Amino acid sequence: MEFKRPTALLDACTHYCGGCGHGIVHRLVAEVIDELGIRQRTIGTAPVGCAVLLYDYFNCDIIECAHGRPPAVATGMKRVLPDRIIFTYQGDGDLAAIGTSETIHAANRGENITTIFINNAIYGMTGGQMAPTTMIGQRTTTTQDGRDITSEGPPIKVCELLSSLDGVAYLQRVAVSTAKDVIKAKKAIKKAFVNQIEGRGYSLVEVLSMCPTDWKLTPKQAVDFVNNEMKKVFPLGVYKDKK
Amino acid sequence: MSSQGKILLKGNEVMSEAAIQAGCRFFAGYPITPQNEVPEYMSKRMPQVGGTFIQAESEIAAINMIFGASAAGARCMTSSSSPGISLKQEGISYIAAAQLPCVIANMQRGGPGLGNIRASQADYFQAVKGGGHGDYRLIVFAPSTLPELYKLTMNAFDYADYYRNPVMILGDGILGQMAEPVEILPYEPIVELPEKDFVLDGCKGRKPRVLKTLFLRPSMALVRHNDLLQASYKKITAELKLHEETETDDAELVIAAYGITARIAKGAVKIARQNGMKVGLIRPITLWPFPDEPFKRAARTADRFLVVEMSGGQFIEDVKLASECKKPVEFLGSGGGWYPTPDNIFEKIQTIYETEALVD
Amino acid sequence: MTDHETKIIIAGFGGQGVVVAGNIIARACVIEGKNVTGMVSYGAEMRGGTANATVVISDREIAGPFVERPDIAIIMNQPSLDKFEDMIVSRGLAVLNTSLVDRNVQRRDLDVAEIEASRIAHRLGNVRVANIVAIGAFAARTNLLEMSSLARGIEDLFKSKKAALVDINKEALRQGAQMMARFKE
Repeated sequence: MEFKRPTALLDACTHYCGGCGHGIVHRLVAEVIDELGIRQRTIGTAPVGCAVLLYDYFNCDIIECAHGRPPAVATGMKRVLPDRIIFTYQGDGDLAAIGTSETIHAANRGENITTIFINNAIYGMTGGQMAPTTMIGQRTTTTQDGRDITSEGPPIKVCELLSSLDGVAYLQRVAVSTAKDVIKAKKAIKKAFVNQIEGRGYSLVEVLSMCPTDWKLTPKQAVDFVNNEMKKVFPLGVYKDKK
Repeated sequence: MSSQGKILLKGNEVMSEAAIQAGCRFFAGYPITPQNEVPEYMSKRMPQVGGTFIQAESEIAAINMIFGASAAGARCMTSSSSPGISLKQEGISYIAAAQLPCVIANMQRGGPGLGNIRASQADYFQAVKGGGHGDYRLIVFAPSTLPELYKLTMNAFDYADYYRNPVMILGDGILGQMAEPVEILPYEPIVELPEKDFVLDGCKGRKPRVLKTLFLRPSMALVRHNDLLQASYKKITAELKLHEETETDDAELVIAAYGITARIAKGAVKIARQNGMKVGLIRPITLWPFPDEPFKRAARTADRFLVVEMSGGQFIEDVKLASECKKPVEFLGSGGGWYPTPDNIFEKIQTIYETEALVD
Repeated sequence: MTDHETKIIIAGFGGQGVVVAGNIIARACVIEGKNVTGMVSYGAEMRGGTANATVVISDREIAGPFVERPDIAIIMNQPSLDKFEDMIVSRGLAVLNTSLVDRNVQRRDLDVAEIEASRIAHRLGNVRVANIVAIGAFAARTNLLEMSSLARGIEDLFKSKKAALVDINKEALRQGAQMMARFKE
């Protein structure tokens, strides 16, 4: 088998830091788009956050949205073009802080879209502030002594939260911190796209992803952090799979 | 349907039907008085014409749905009233930046804050001067009767497409709530509509497109984008100023008013003329671009202006600018739900005549 | 001044159909090709309280939909009489639903048309058509609108959703007018 760049990715060098998970997830999404043969009818939404520039990397139509609003924008697009494939690619601040309302309501309406949710427990682009998914005790530039449950509350578990909504079709939490995890992640992402093609409704794949720069760890330590710390707080698995 | 082909509708319904007639096929909104008839009407009509109605979870979501629907190529619209329009400002800035066509209606109510549900014209600055962040402009239409609301709503979709710029219908609680006979005329484009070459519908047979408002690289990219926007605003300013004049030719006193207030002021002009006073009216139909020429002309021929608006004084600033402060500008107005009657305005005219001895 | 405008207010409490009454009057105006504006109290009016609808009718352009000083007040209950009696223009008309008003009109400069609208409606089998009885009385007293236009207004309004109500409303209109005509004689 020849290892080459998916057609759905442009020949570009990304701005992501060494050891960042975004590059892996971009590639998985692009491979899935290629395998399903949907590149020419796919429209992606770029979030505010590190992935804001994903239009420089994806070889398909892309709309860049205001912070937290991709589910609303995707709703507008999908309702106008029901036979196109719309995916949102959102970080934890975008999806679970400023855009919580848009996320919950798009999910609850059962919008037939696919959401790739990158959970790295921190705000990357703005320089390492607390995210809604930052873990108890985790140090960030706005929780310098570690996140304190009494003042900041516990991390939001998005899959668990959304699993109570009847409108949601599919929820799975995966990681990209081991080779095995990457394979599972791709399967989940593919399922989330296939669901949309089959008209099943809102599908979300939460990806636990590394942010060595803002975690102030080496890439190797960052992988260990996901495996040893994040997976404990955010257990991997299927949270919903509506038949 | 009556024998004249006119039907009795509320302003909010008139605007909604005009949108449907003009081919609007996507509406997202959130309930707020006094514009609730718009989402209610759209919820019923959109499915009948194969369009989409969404009651959004917030005005923020609604305007972002419009962002998406417009990018996908639909004629689309959202509506709200003052506090809700404040929430939409984020999305409006993005839509303007991305040069996406859409129509936004504001049936203004009293403010600031939660205010009240009476009619008001206190969102003039917000509509005309910006409201959201950044250097952008909305085309702003101020209809003054329901037949005009019907016509301008249809035109709004055309101008939005033609200039690739969001258009705001700036109405108020009275215009939205009052009923008046309107003829439901078929839609005809008012300009030749350009092909929508920005639409994101999948890159089949073409290169992928990107709609974005972030311009980081190269360092002058955002300057260039702003220059592009300004060039478009310049074109709109040169082409789209609309106004109506009533009895201004020989007027000593020229009233300036827009929207429902202008309609009421017209009644006052009639009373004044019956009393031998030479009073006229300039009514801007577009608030941006602002029709400054009629005010420049009137500043040469009239002695004085009287601005009437349902706010503490916002529109008056543009009247002073347009008339280059060459003649005194009197003011009658208040915010919070006050509205003038023809008699109120006539009283003010009498006071001006008495104190300034215009009749000599 | 606004000599060609006729300003009407219909006032009562919620559920008395003042909005429907205003709507039917306005529809009749459209049918007759008159200029008309209608407005319902949604809280926008300066003088709140009981429910009311206002209609302005003219052969010319109408300046605004608001009615500060009605030429005609169709008064469906006591609080509305208390509130609007002083506002009616001199030599104006007050149509009074005497079934729910327990005093006479105090002013001497008004034309008063009394009608037991609620009682007539009750006899017809539906007290909610009292508003239409009152419109019938108003129409007979003023000759401002043709009875046939009002009847068509009723048909237009009810035919799509509440067709069963067309007949009783038309009968209410007829009886209101008839009662007024009888008083006239």
